[in-house]
Amino acid sequence: MAGASTRERGAAFRAWLFVLPALVLVAAYLIYPTIQTFRVSLFGGTGFNPTRFVGLQNYLLLLTRDPLFLSVTRWPPRGALVNNILWLVLFAGGTVVFGLLIAVLANALRLERVVKSAVFLPMVISSTAAAVIARFLFSPDASIGVLNAILNAVIPGFTPVSWLGTPEVVNFAVIATGVWIWTGLSMTILSAAYKSLDPAVLEAARVDGANPWKAFWRISIPMLAQPIAFVLITMIINSLKMIDLVLVMTSGGPAGASRVIGFSFYWEVFNNNQVGYGSAVAILMLVLLAPLMVWQVQRIRRQEAGK
Amino acid sequence: MTGATPSFSVGRLLRGVLIVLVALAWLMPTVGLLVTSFRPQADIATSGWWNIVSQWRFTGENYRAVLTARHFFTNFVNSVIITVPATVLPIAIASLAAYSFAWLRFKGRNLVFMVIVALLVLPLQETWVPVLRMQSALGLTGKYLAIWLAHTAYGLPFAVALLRNFFSELPRELFEAARMDGYSDLGVFRSIVLPLSVPALASLGIFQFVWVWNDLMNALVLLQDLHKFPLTVAIQGLLGQYGSEWNILASGAFVSMSVPLLVFFLLQRFFVQGLTAGAVKG
Repeated sequence: MAGASTRERGAAFRAWLFVLPALVLVAAYLIYPTIQTFRVSLFGGTGFNPTRFVGLQNYLLLLTRDPLFLSVTRWPPRGALVNNILWLVLFAGGTVVFGLLIAVLANALRLERVVKSAVFLPMVISSTAAAVIARFLFSPDASIGVLNAILNAVIPGFTPVSWLGTPEVVNFAVIATGVWIWTGLSMTILSAAYKSLDPAVLEAARVDGANPWKAFWRISIPMLAQPIAFVLITMIINSLKMIDLVLVMTSGGPAGASRVIGFSFYWEVFNNNQVGYGSAVAILMLVLLAPLMVWQVQRIRRQEAGK
Repeated sequence: MTGATPSFSVGRLLRGVLIVLVALAWLMPTVGLLVTSFRPQADIATSGWWNIVSQWRFTGENYRAVLTARHFFTNFVNSVIITVPATVLPIAIASLAAYSFAWLRFKGRNLVFMVIVALLVLPLQETWVPVLRMQSALGLTGKYLAIWLAHTAYGLPFAVALLRNFFSELPRELFEAARMDGYSDLGVFRSIVLPLSVPALASLGIFQFVWVWNDLMNALVLLQDLHKFPLTVAIQGLLGQYGSEWNILASGAFVSMSVPLLVFFLLQRFFVQGLTAGAVKG
C-alpha cells in the first residue's frame, strides 16, 4: 500500500514539474506584478519609485479632480472614462453589426472567400501600421487624405475637416479605425456560426412563407445569440484594454480629447512620470474588467462540462 | 447549399454587388498607402494617390530610402531576433503545461488552470511598472532576454488554454496503450501528444509569431535600448519625426506589413484558426 502511494506522489510530482516553468513565468510576469501595481497605486509623487504613502488619494483625485479622466460638471461629460463608454458602445456594436452583415451577405456567394480576405486584412497587420494607414486616410489635406477628397468632390464649398485634430470628431475617427481592424475577427466567428445553423429550420421558415428579412430577425438572430454575445464581450474586453491604436493615431490628443483608460495609464506613467497615479488607473481598469474575467472562467467551465 | 440554390437570382446579384462594394471600401485605405509607397516623392507632395491614372509613374526609391537611411534594416533584423525565440519558447513551455493539465493528475489542477484562463483577460498595463523594476533588479534591462521572457509569459495563458483544449480531445485509448507499453510521461508527450498536435501547434505558432511581430507596446515599454527596437517602434518614431513625409511612412509601413501579409496569404487557414481561438488575447 505504501508503495502505491509513493508512486502516486511521484506521478503528482512529475505532473507539477511539467507545469512549473509556465507557473513561474505567469507568477513573475502577471500575478506578482498586478499585486505590486496595486501597492504602487497607494503612493504619490513623481519618479519611478514613489515613496510617499497616500492611501486611496490617487483614486479620489482620478475620479473627482482630473478632467482628462472624468469630467461631469459640464454637459456632455468628458474624459477618458467617458470615451471608453463611447468605445464600448460603438466599437463593440460596430464590429458585431458589420461582422454579422458581411458574414450573412457574403454567405455562399462565389466571391465569399475573396471578400472575407479583404475584410480580414487589417486584422493581420500591426496596430501601428493600421494607424499609419488611418492617419493617411484622415489627413486634413484634401490632396492627401481620400476622405476629405471624396467629400470635397461631392459637397460644393466643402472645407476639409481635421478629423484627428478636432476634439468633437477625433474619437469617432479612432473608433472607426478600430472597427475597420476588428470587424474581420467578428465576421470570421459569426460566419462560422451562421454556417453551422440547421438549414432545415431556415428552410421551414421559407416554406412557411416568412420573408427573408423576417426570417433573419426572428430565426437566425436568436439562434446566433450565443456567438454574438461572445463577440460582443470579446470586443468590450478589447475596448477596455485599448492603448496602441490611440497612442499611434493621436497620442490621446488633441488636448487629451481621445484618451481612453488604457492610454491614460501609459501617459501618466511614461509621459508624466506619475507612477503611483498611473497605477491607480491600471487598477481601475482591472476593476472594470473583473466581471469579464469571471465570465471568461465560467465560459471555459461550461465548455469543459459540455465535453 | 450550392446544389439546392439556383445559380442566379436577383437577390444573389444584389448581395454580390453590395458585398463587392464593402470589400472595396475595406481595401481602399490600404491600397491608397500601397500606391503611395511606390509614387515619386514629388507626385506625393502635389496630388493624391487616386491621381495615378493620369500620373502613371512609379519608383522603388521610397523603399531604398527607408531601408538605407533610417536604420530601418536594423529594425527589421531586430524584429526577427525578437520574434523567433518569443514564438518558440512559449509554445514549448505551454505544451508541457497543457499536457499536464489535460492528462496528468495532481491536486489543484483545475484551480490552477482556471487562474490561467482568468489571466487571459488581464491587461498588460497591470504588469509593466513592476516588470520594469524586476528587469533592472535582475540586470535584464536593455537585453533581448528581457523581451523574450516577457512575450513568453504574456503568451502563456492563451497558449496553455488553446493546447489543453486540443490535447484533451486526443483519444484516451492511445494514452492507455502507451502506458501498457511502458512509456513514461515525457515519452507519451514526445511520441504521442506532439506528433498528433501538429495542426494546433502550427496555428498557435503562426498566431504567436504574428502577434509578437506586430507588438508595439511591450517593445516600447520593456525594451529599454533604442538599438534593439523592432519595426513597430521605429514606425511610431517616424510618425513623431516625419509625420507628413508620406513617402517614408508609406514604404516603412509596408516593409513592416510584408511579413505578416506573407504569412497570411501563404498560411491563411492556420492563421484564421489561431486568431479566432485567440479572440480574447492581449
